[in-house]
Amino acid sequence: MEPVKEVAGRAIPFGRKNVDTDVIIPAHWLKTITRDGLGRGAFEALRQDPDNLFDSPEFKGSPILIAGDNFGCGSSREHAAWALLDLGITAVIAPSFSDIFSGNAFKNGILTVVLPQAAIDRLMEVAQTDPVTIDLESQTVTTPFQDRFSFEIDPFRKHCLLNGLDEVGLTLARGDAISDYENKSAGETPWLAKGVAA
Amino acid sequence: MQASPEIGQWLANCAALWLSAHMAHTPRTLYDKIWDAHVVERRDDGTCLIYIDRHLVHEVTSPQAFESLRAAGRKVRRPDLTLAVPDHNLPTTARRDAAGQRIPIADPESAQQLAALERNAPEFGIRLIGDADVEQGIVHVVGPEQGFSLPGATIVCGDSHTACHGGLGALAFGIGTSEVEHVLATQTLLLKQSKNMEVRVEGELGAGVTAKDVVLHICGVLGASGGTGYVIEYTGSAIRSLSLEGRLTVSNMAIEHGARAGLIAPDETTFAYLKGRPFAPKGEEWDKAVAWWRSLATDPGAKYDKVVVIDAADIVPSVTWGTSPEDVVPITGVVPAPESFTDPSKQQAAQKSLDYMGLTPGQRLEEVEVQNVFIGSCTNSRIEDLRAAAAVIKGRKKADNVRWAIVVPGSGLVKRQAEEEGLDRIFIEAGIEWREPGCSACLAMNPDKVPAGERCASTSNRNFVGRQGPGARTHLVSPAMAAAAAVTGKLTDVRKLTSA
Ligand code: SF4
Repeated sequence: MEPVKEVAGRAIPFGRKNVDTDVIIPAHWLKTITRDGLGRGAFEALRQDPDNLFDSPEFKGSPILIAGDNFGCGSSREHAAWALLDLGITAVIAPSFSDIFSGNAFKNGILTVVLPQAAIDRLMEVAQTDPVTIDLESQTVTTPFQDRFSFEIDPFRKHCLLNGLDEVGLTLARGDAISDYENKSAGETPWLAKGVAA
Repeated sequence: MQASPEIGQWLANCAALWLSAHMAHTPRTLYDKIWDAHVVERRDDGTCLIYIDRHLVHEVTSPQAFESLRAAGRKVRRPDLTLAVPDHNLPTTARRDAAGQRIPIADPESAQQLAALERNAPEFGIRLIGDADVEQGIVHVVGPEQGFSLPGATIVCGDSHTACHGGLGALAFGIGTSEVEHVLATQTLLLKQSKNMEVRVEGELGAGVTAKDVVLHICGVLGASGGTGYVIEYTGSAIRSLSLEGRLTVSNMAIEHGARAGLIAPDETTFAYLKGRPFAPKGEEWDKAVAWWRSLATDPGAKYDKVVVIDAADIVPSVTWGTSPEDVVPITGVVPAPESFTDPSKQQAAQKSLDYMGLTPGQRLEEVEVQNVFIGSCTNSRIEDLRAAAAVIKGRKKADNVRWAIVVPGSGLVKRQAEEEGLDRIFIEAGIEWREPGCSACLAMNPDKVPAGERCASTSNRNFVGRQGPGARTHLVSPAMAAAAAVTGKLTDVRKLTSA
């Protein structure tokens, strides 16, 4: 995974609350076999409106999305994170996120930033005309107008994002421990250790 | 059974290992024991790296996982502990023509998912049971049937009803695509241990009451989230009396009360079921395995964080009226009024459900007409389920108002067995379609869908809005009850058809 240190650029002032994963990517997009291309289905229903923010010349391709409470609720589909990435969004700022969504976002290198509603309101205002910068190292969101909002993030997640470590990579680094377990298991429960050949 | 001295010694070694790991002789539950036996590493915050013994892969939740492995140049760590079976969106109509050529799948996206699995499995060295193999079927039917799923094993699959395998006493649960990738690459998962819950069903089940009625009843008692944060062990004489297939049915729906997994302690019934299955241990290894499986039973005095006791006498043939599996009533009952719930959010949900289902409070369930009947899914598509349905249908005909009734066996082997027993004839002569194995109308990813506004008496596990097709109205029931509905055209108390 690419390290995430800073996400800076225009932020889509979306602001909507309780955006569920069906809004982010409708169910009929789930039959894909690749992560790419889901951006076309992202916010599909909203983008029927020709004046939608996502396709406006000003916000198209923006790396940041500003949303309301409980972003990413509903079904656990990981496609929601893939769809955002494919749309070019690598950070979402909201007052709260569904647990499953923030887990899926993290696994895919999307930064989820939790800020109080007052800060969100201010960022929504700035975003209309100016860029926003999220700095992960210092855990701050800043604007060209001296706004500076601090946010909390799980230290483990921060470490992984800053260094571009994905969970699979981290566990692969524990390969010896896994091998030890396999050797032990081959002795104690050989019928479990034994597999089915291809 | 008398353990041989050698096995005795081996068991003593195992016990000593456990004790050293657990200094104190704290009595442990079945879940604790399986968990402890699979810890690769324990972190300070309690998170554990857990080894996964068996990984079932199907065509819907795996393509992106393989894609990521390929992109990162990673391999599958233990292809030999992985089994790939397509099931979710295979059509249940014929898959090969008379000349043995594949009949193309009409939906291009379904075809693409199947093709991806057929490409990925050999590329990563994984055994694939193909769409035309007699062993093909729903992953959760195939796993136990092949002896791939075993007691005391950790089993995962990218499907929420993986808890099904818990009926064998395996710790089995559903995972998402990222976790599928993690297991493929590392054969482990990072997990926090859940809490222990015991759901004890004591007493004798009445006539016409099946495993499905037991689990629907439990869904009603616990609610859709009553098991959240727990792994549930189902215990008690009523559970013990169930066949292995019935136990799979119960454990299958653990997720429908929010539990991470369901478990039923392995016993003679389990061993008899597994013995001789293709991937089950053989010979001396079998004896060792049985001894180990026995040792997994919850210790006397082990503590569950929560205990729920249910009297088997309270369970009757059940049916759902709403859009959550917790919306369960006895078939003899009526549609409840939203006001009858104390929780205001449940009142609202109930009203929404009633609107969607087109039902009115006070309406007798037995008066509700159905246009569709689906007998299948990993909950109820094994041979006993088909026998139970056929027993009700034998000598009867599908009601005229039932537009569409299908039986979808859980696997090609179930199908073959049923045909050997002549069950297919019973269904076909009654006007019910006999299909190829797969998930089918359980989630309607393939062409088997219930039309909007129509009702379906279904043996599957989820009555969510749109689950069986957009606008479809699902009533969850047992196979015998689904069969009864097929012949009367209404939700029916099967006991009225079967009592002499
Ligand atoms: S039958 Fe239904 S619940 Fe079972 S694996 Fe298939 S889709 Fe999932």
